[in-house]
Amino acid sequence: MILDYTVRTVALGAAVLGAVSGALGTFAVLRRQSLLGDAMSHAALPGIALAFLITREKDPWVLVAGAAVACWLAAIAVMAVVRQGRVKYDGALALVLSVFFGFGLVLLTAIQRLPNATQAGLDKFLFGQAAALLARDVTVMALLGGGAIAILLAGWTRFQVLSFDPDFAHSLGLRVRGLDVLLTSLLVVAIVIGLQTVGVVLMSALVVAPAAAARQWSDRLGPTVALAALFGATAGAAGALLSSMTVRLPTGPTIVLCASVIVGLSLAFGPARGLVWDRMRAARNRASVQADLVLRALYALARGHDDPGHPHAEAVLALSVEPKGVRRALETLAARGQVREAGPRAWALTHAGLAAAARAEAAR
Amino acid sequence: MSPAQAEIQLIAVLTAVACALPGAFLVLRRMAMLSDAISHAILLGIVVGFFVTRDLASPLLVVGAAITGLATVAGVELLQRTRLVREDAATGLVFPVLFSIGVILISRYAGSVHLDTDAVLLGELAFAPFDRLVVAGRDVGPRGLWLMGAILAVDLLVIAAFWKELTLSTFDPELAAALGFSPLVLTYVLMGMVSVTAVGAFDVVGSILVVALMVAPPAAAWLLTDRLPRMLALAAGFGAVSAVAGYWGAHLLDVSIAGAMATTAGLVFAGASVVAPERGVLVVARRRARQKREFAETLLAMHLQTHEGRPEAAVECALETLHHHLHWTRERTHATAARMRRRGLVEEAGGLLRLTDDGRRRAVEALRR
Repeated sequence: MILDYTVRTVALGAAVLGAVSGALGTFAVLRRQSLLGDAMSHAALPGIALAFLITREKDPWVLVAGAAVACWLAAIAVMAVVRQGRVKYDGALALVLSVFFGFGLVLLTAIQRLPNATQAGLDKFLFGQAAALLARDVTVMALLGGGAIAILLAGWTRFQVLSFDPDFAHSLGLRVRGLDVLLTSLLVVAIVIGLQTVGVVLMSALVVAPAAAARQWSDRLGPTVALAALFGATAGAAGALLSSMTVRLPTGPTIVLCASVIVGLSLAFGPARGLVWDRMRAARNRASVQADLVLRALYALARGHDDPGHPHAEAVLALSVEPKGVRRALETLAARGQVREAGPRAWALTHAGLAAAARAEAAR
Repeated sequence: MSPAQAEIQLIAVLTAVACALPGAFLVLRRMAMLSDAISHAILLGIVVGFFVTRDLASPLLVVGAAITGLATVAGVELLQRTRLVREDAATGLVFPVLFSIGVILISRYAGSVHLDTDAVLLGELAFAPFDRLVVAGRDVGPRGLWLMGAILAVDLLVIAAFWKELTLSTFDPELAAALGFSPLVLTYVLMGMVSVTAVGAFDVVGSILVVALMVAPPAAAWLLTDRLPRMLALAAGFGAVSAVAGYWGAHLLDVSIAGAMATTAGLVFAGASVVAPERGVLVVARRRARQKREFAETLLAMHLQTHEGRPEAAVECALETLHHHLHWTRERTHATAARMRRRGLVEEAGGLLRLTDDGRRRAVEALRR
């Protein structure tokens, strides 16, 4: 099954585009351009439709070129609107995204009216159709994506400086403007090669998701980019395979869901800041605070007694903290060796506990 | 124009106006991309709501789907608050998930849901007149008309009721917070309005073009005025014009009505950015040209003033050789000199230019600065 030629083509193509958009998306996310990717991918639609209307060909090179030109125009339009000084960046993005997309739909419906049998299938660019990937499409994707990655690696240090500190890049004498344009162009490449598989509507998610997931696992740019490429490739291949083996499972949304699962797992289990570890740390802290409170209460009782090692009832201790937490707090203290269970539901301080409580008291 | 056409246009106009009003606040508050997130995310709410109510125009579905919109906003905010991702990435992560689930549900259950992916993107405005609302056995008009009318009324009511709070928190959020208006509550009031409107408009223009109707007309209006009431009125007007013009454009060319409406809205924005006062392309170009002319005049005046009364004046100030010294073209020199003569800044005598008192004053003033 896995060796089936079509399935292999599909999986390979989706993996390639996932890897490329993951790697380049990392820079987009770093540069806070996540939503620019969204606007550009929607804006590709009229480019694809116009390229087809002009050439009447579904040659992947032609359609990709049309899409790239439209993406570019969209980026320029966003800049022009912002530069006019009234409508802000987010408004410009939303405006360009929706108007370009609307115009694309106009062209698409016009194409559907053409008395021409070959026109069918352009609407697969909306939500993507991995099953329709041909070997020549994958070749185009691999060539363009490989080229983009090669340029990225060639200018690695410069792009790194640009992304983290544009002012510093400028002071180094780097041509910030040119680099900016180049990096945005690479993002355009990453977007257009995914359009046929993932579709214009959801392509932006594949730019953002792998990068956001990878970010949770590393604080260094190199490993983050590599991980993002890996996550993107995994999501792409998994989504494309699932979708091409199941009826009525559109490819784009499936790939996006796969990528989102990776994001969810990364947010939960990322080593440094994962939400699950965070929760556990918070719970541990809470338990330790509770334990300290119980220890202090026990110490106060012990001082009022001739024998510091005299056991005291759990119910009395329960007055000083949340009653429910007493048992656990005492168990924590017992594990630390600071208290011992001296009778049924009665606890006493050990020597270590006495010393610790006295130290804490002195420190207050 | 048939009654059906009139009804379609009326629905389109109501939708465009209903979108433009909350949209204006989104654009002003720099939250325009949230309309994109909401309009994508409500798809899931609509699909699930449809499974439950079996009626696309049910008020229950509208409310249910609108809650999905609010949940999206809350989700983006929660995700952002973990500090694991930034705001733009958080937005870009949340809504594709919900939208994807919605699209997959529609594709899987295409048979049982009266919705397909085309309707998601294009809306079903052309079919709106066939879905009639029947009250007590009488046909009172298309259901979409009543739905959008009701949503527009709700928008107007909310804006009127929260006018002071919305205005203040839009233009001066710190003062609003200091005065005790909760920014959070107001944000959610606005987002609720956006969500409800987006759900209603979804039927008409599809999920993505809702964004065009929410953003383009207010953005165009903002270019033309500084006053909020005027901006709202203009935005509503632009929305209505885009709706009607879009309808007829689509009718003529036999293309998607929703797409044509969005395209027209974009053209209206382009037009506004050309003719806008202060920032418009035309005004800016004219201002640049004037500044360029004035700069040339000042420069020429300074040149003449430097050399006047000196021996080299015969070469430096002669009209025919002047352009060599200024490194200008001959045409530019002549045009500038002619303009200055008309305005009484220089005089010409025997091929030599000489400053008048006015001209000398101009040169001296410029040098002093």
